[in-house]
Amino acid sequence: MPGTVQAIERAAAILRTLAGGPGRLGLSEIARTLDLAKGTTHGILRTLQLVGFVEQDRVSGQYQLGGALLHLGTSFLDINELRSRSINWADPLAARSGESVRIGTVLEGRVLVVHHVFRPDDTFQTLDVGALLPLHATALGKVLLAYRAGGPVPELERFTRLTLTDPRALSGALEGVREAGWAAEIEEFLLGQAAVAAPIRGYGGLVVGAIGVSGPVDRLCDSHYRPRPSLVGYVRDAARAISRDLGATR
Amino acid sequence: MSEKYVVAIDQGTTSTRCIVFDRRGQLVSLAQQEHKQHFPRPGWVEHDAMEIWRNVERLAPRVLSRAGIGLGQVAAVGIANQRETTVIWDRRTGVPVGRAIIWQDTRTDALVHALGDARDAGAVSDISGLPLATYFSGPRLRWMLDHTPGLRARAERGEVICGTMETWLIWNLTGRAQHVTDVTNASRTMLLDVRALDWSARALDFFGIPRAMLPEVRASIGAFGTATEGFPGVRIGAALGDQQAALFGQTCFTPGEAKCTYGTGSFLLLNTGAELVRSEHGLLSTVAYQIEGEPAAYALEGSIAITGSLVQWFRDQLELISSAPEIETLARTVADNGGCYIVPAFSGLYAPYWRSEARGVIVGLTSYITKGHLARAVLEATAWQTREVVDAMNTDSGLTLTTLKVDGGMTADHLLMQMITDVLDVPVVRPLAAETVSLGAAYAAGLAVGYWPDLDGLRRNWHTAAQWMPAMDPRLRTTEYANWRRAVERTFDWIQPA
Ligand SMILES: Nc1ncnc2c1ncn2[C@@H]1O[C@H](COP(=O)(O)OP(=O)(O)O)[C@@H](O)[C@H]1O
Ligand SMILES: [Mg+2]
Repeated sequence: MPGTVQAIERAAAILRTLAGGPGRLGLSEIARTLDLAKGTTHGILRTLQLVGFVEQDRVSGQYQLGGALLHLGTSFLDINELRSRSINWADPLAARSGESVRIGTVLEGRVLVVHHVFRPDDTFQTLDVGALLPLHATALGKVLLAYRAGGPVPELERFTRLTLTDPRALSGALEGVREAGWAAEIEEFLLGQAAVAAPIRGYGGLVVGAIGVSGPVDRLCDSHYRPRPSLVGYVRDAARAISRDLGATR
Repeated sequence: MSEKYVVAIDQGTTSTRCIVFDRRGQLVSLAQQEHKQHFPRPGWVEHDAMEIWRNVERLAPRVLSRAGIGLGQVAAVGIANQRETTVIWDRRTGVPVGRAIIWQDTRTDALVHALGDARDAGAVSDISGLPLATYFSGPRLRWMLDHTPGLRARAERGEVICGTMETWLIWNLTGRAQHVTDVTNASRTMLLDVRALDWSARALDFFGIPRAMLPEVRASIGAFGTATEGFPGVRIGAALGDQQAALFGQTCFTPGEAKCTYGTGSFLLLNTGAELVRSEHGLLSTVAYQIEGEPAAYALEGSIAITGSLVQWFRDQLELISSAPEIETLARTVADNGGCYIVPAFSGLYAPYWRSEARGVIVGLTSYITKGHLARAVLEATAWQTREVVDAMNTDSGLTLTTLKVDGGMTADHLLMQMITDVLDVPVVRPLAAETVSLGAAYAAGLAVGYWPDLDGLRRNWHTAAQWMPAMDPRLRTTEYANWRRAVERTFDWIQPA
């Protein structure tokens, strides 16, 4: 994109991250959420502080939105726009994986399904756009949680024996998601079902949604009960293609 | 051995896209560029043909690098294009004479009116399979010849030549070697004998168009030369009008199969096979495609001028939303249209009415109406216009549509898709390829060079990606349809003959 300034995109992403958090956030937490270098993040935060968009707590050194921003409100990428911009990449993902594809965003502590592509086997299926799924028990949800700094901890309801209901176990799993860049769900929500998901990033690295495939464990997983690497590759490729179209730079 | 691919160029009304497809018909990479819409006067719409060609030149290397492939891995290029849009250019310099005049442009209104009274008007309609309307290229060419001093003489000497967008692109892609069109695009000019598949002397006479300026007519799937620009060394295997390309991309190869593409305008096409069906209800008879050495397949078409462009108008002129998809968000803020209807007769009304003197209306306004109701009325306008062409199609063909296959940019809009299934009372299905126009061009080009062996193989690539089922109270459907028709009547006779 000619004529755009990356630093401003990143500043906006930082503001959104602060707006989405519970209160104050530390420098390293912000940097990690956006996959930015600490030094870069610090420079932008100082600039934002200067213009009054961000305030720093003198005691803890943590950041929060500044008073100047209060009337600017908080609106994320419109969900219908996210669907429109993803549709070209969600279709090939379904074709290559042979599985159904869903795209989700966060709505009131749950995953809102904003796009759904049928498994391409021409069996009868129904659209579940608009459905709500648990954040902690699904691959889509774990991706969305992993990249959301300091969001409220969801209620960890148990769906199967394998659902992560211990906050520490969940936080460890989310750390793993951030390291790997994708999330798996294996019989944690529905018995016999598995899923793989990866983050969709907008400008500045801001995670605006997650895209994933789901299906029976015996199709999605290898003999070690892990998602097939080729499948993970397809999901991450699709996520990256959408991110690039949305203006993410990396 | 390195894998081979097919590239499609989709030269659309709002943007130009280049897409790389793999052997399974799946999108590998995409590059897209919008071009400027010029509205110099009410009813006039123009594009800069040079800007469009430059976009293609820029998009070609970009789409290949995004796919990570080289020119040697491209088996063929196929072209799909906005139809009826017409440009004249200098054969020697390659510079267009003025801007391209777009299919939605209504400047030929008075000319069409006058020609309608001329002897032979009925015969030309019969030869070309089209009603006399501002929509088609023939009147547009005549207008350009009449309004540019000296142009007619230069056209007669063959110094300036003309074409629709595929002709312009192929001429540039082949380094000015090929001045050609395909039967589907030619069938939108009113100059083609739609049965003989060549220019009609009688129609050329009627419009006063010198034959020397016209391109050679070829089968859609065959040989259009080898590119020297854009994709140097790659064969151009196919050219089709975008709507015919979408019919092909939806693999509607058998008589009775139909699709509707929702883009700037919307177009329902029904394959009628080797038989040319003349409509009694305002549909067009058009060529669906022709494979070189085989007889042409024909189609009945219901053309709707304004659907997606009503959303664009809402975004760009009224500035009530900042992106097209937000129309759905806004429309979902209310439960119904609040009694408000928008009939977007911006370019007159196309099928099934063909009223070029009609202009748009918003009716049912009260203090109760919010922008949410207007957004709903925008989407409902697309649904009801679809209902009107489907009704005409059912009556003309004697078949009853049992499901509607859809594609195009507006199919991302779930509220709209639900409205369409509701007003038609049949399921609506979207295939696993939103870019069906491009896919059709790729399929056609791939067939031409033997990349794909036959039509049956392509059919196996078609899968359902989404389906919507009707859920509307039949009584509500009846009253709403009646309201819509009353709203449509209010658009008639707005432009008075001067
Ligand atoms: N989510 C949406 N809801 C309604 N209209 C949309 C949506 N997304 C795109 N559009 C409309 O679809 C059109 C673009 O579709 P496209 O198939 O690319 O058109 P074309 O090929 O005619 O240029 C635009 O007119 C735009 O306003
Ligand atoms: Mg198009």
